[in-house]
This record gives sequence, C-alpha cells and structure tokens, in this order.
Amino acid sequence: MAIERKQWKSAIVIAATAWMAVLFGFAPSEATAEYGDVVMNEYSDEAGMRPVVFPHWFHRIRFRCKVCHADLGFKFQAGGNDINMLKIIDGEYCGACHNGDVAWSVENCDLCHSGKAGTPTQVHESTLQKLIMPAGGAPKK
Amino acid sequence: MRKRTTPYFECALLTLALGWSAVVMAQNWRKLESDGLHDPGSEAVKVLQDPAEAMSQLPPDTAGNKVDWIRALQGGYIKPRSALRGEKEYEVLDGDVLMNIGGSTPAVLFPHKPHTQWLDCKNCHEGLFQSKAGATPITMEKILQGEYCGVCHGAVAFPLTECNRCHSVRQMDAIKRVRGTP
Repeated sequence: MAIERKQWKSAIVIAATAWMAVLFGFAPSEATAEYGDVVMNEYSDEAGMRPVVFPHWFHRIRFRCKVCHADLGFKFQAGGNDINMLKIIDGEYCGACHNGDVAWSVENCDLCHSGKAGTPTQVHESTLQKLIMPAGGAPKK
Repeated sequence: MRKRTTPYFECALLTLALGWSAVVMAQNWRKLESDGLHDPGSEAVKVLQDPAEAMSQLPPDTAGNKVDWIRALQGGYIKPRSALRGEKEYEVLDGDVLMNIGGSTPAVLFPHKPHTQWLDCKNCHEGLFQSKAGATPITMEKILQGEYCGVCHGAVAFPLTECNRCHSVRQMDAIKRVRGTP
C-alpha cells in the first residue's frame, strides 16, 4: 500500500513536470505578431510622416506570397523597392490594391504611416535582427 | 514507522502546471498600440485589426508569429487568393529535395509542395536558387545573413532558430534514399 502511494505521488510529479516542459515550448515569452512586419522609412521621416508599417500576417491571410512578390514585383527586401507615393497613386506597388477598389485608398495616410518616428527600414523581429545585430542596434537597410 | 505527510510539493506542482496551462492557453499577441512598432498616437492603432483577433483563430505554432501558416493554408483556415482579383492557375510542385547529404548535421529535406502553394516558381528559380540540385552554394553563414532560405526564413517564415525543421533527415536515411535502397 505504501509503495503504491509513493508510486502514485511520483507519477504526479513526473506528469506535472513533463506537462510543464511540453507547455514551455508554447511559452508566450514573447508574443510576436509583428514578426514579419516591414518598416519602410525611406522618405517618411524626412517628409514629416510616420514610417510605414506593413503587416505581412494580415496580407498573407488574404493573398498568397506570389501575388505581390511575383505579379506585382515586390522584391524580397525591406527598402529594396524604392516605393514612393507617386508610384502608389499611379497604381504600382501598394497602389495596385490600395485604390479604393480592392482595399482602402491612399487618402487614409495614417493607416499605413503608423510607425514610431525614427524607426529605420527593416523586417521587424527577424532572426537576423535578433541574433546577428548588436543589442539595441538597428539594422541598416 | 511510516510518515504520513500532506503532499504539499505535489499539490504545488499540480497547481503550477494547471496555472501554466492557463497562461499558455491565453496566449495573446501584443496589441498594435503596445507592440513597440506602431506609434500609440496614430489613428491606425484604433482602426486596424489587432493581430490576436485574426491569429488566435489559426493553427498555433511555437515560433515566429506563433501561427502555423502551412497548416492554416492546407487545412483551409485561410483562403488566400492567387491573384489580385479572384483566382488564377498556378503550378504546385510536389517534390522533395534532400540537401546537406554527408554533412555533420542531419540532412535537409526541402518540400516543394508547401513552398509552391504560397510562391511562384520564379520567386526562387533561377535567381535565388538554381533548379539543378547541388548547383547553389548554400551555407548556413549565408542563410544567417539573409540569403537563400534566409530571405524568408527568419523574416516571414519560421525562424532560423528552428534548426531541425529543415535538418530533419538522419544522414543514414538520407544516403539510403539517394542510393535508392530501402
């Protein structure tokens, strides 16, 4: 009887520890929705606008990568596309959708230009940024 | 003589385990206004969708933005368009490529299928990668600098800290597969 009780107790200890170990993998140590968010600040700061934050997560729910990266010609590089408002108004890049037709139009400046001033062009939360860059140092474009 | 003690330790551990489960279940994504990226004074944080609203509905993952995007797509949780307006034909290639055979880490299995469900062939070929197996000088050093696989993995696909998701085939098995012996 004593042995059974002891076994039962150690079983609980082992099970609880194992369960926590498993869950530790799911630990919300850092909730990183913004993993993959691209900040674009080629011209914004100079123009007195907030930098643009592009949320990949929102767009990939609606479009496959290829739509923007093959059909619209967005290069896989933050700051590598030389996007400006003139091109967008002409229907290029973001303007292919953000024209009041597929998505809301360019008059809603602040919905894209929503980042903290001074944030450099980057892919936010990237492995590159986290592991390779010096602590606190922002990656250059 | 047998000591009968109250199982304080066990109780505490159980409580901790259950409490921790609750914390994990309630996993939430930072709100736009407090994600460190958006200006809390911006109109956008009031108008735009908060990530948790969309992402908590999708299959979870342990890394990146905590969504398993492959399962989300293949399981029909999301139905991203293949063209700006509606759908268009595209090629999904179902073919695995083994790499790093004979290396000091497990071999890499690259599955074309999940990649071509998201991407166009020309996104990778013949620019980032040569179609001919072994023709592209891929190294971890380059990947960590954001080249090759690192163009997406580490930015928008699962991060580079998830070594064994790519390095997933034992060398012995990889060699057998390449030689065609069972």
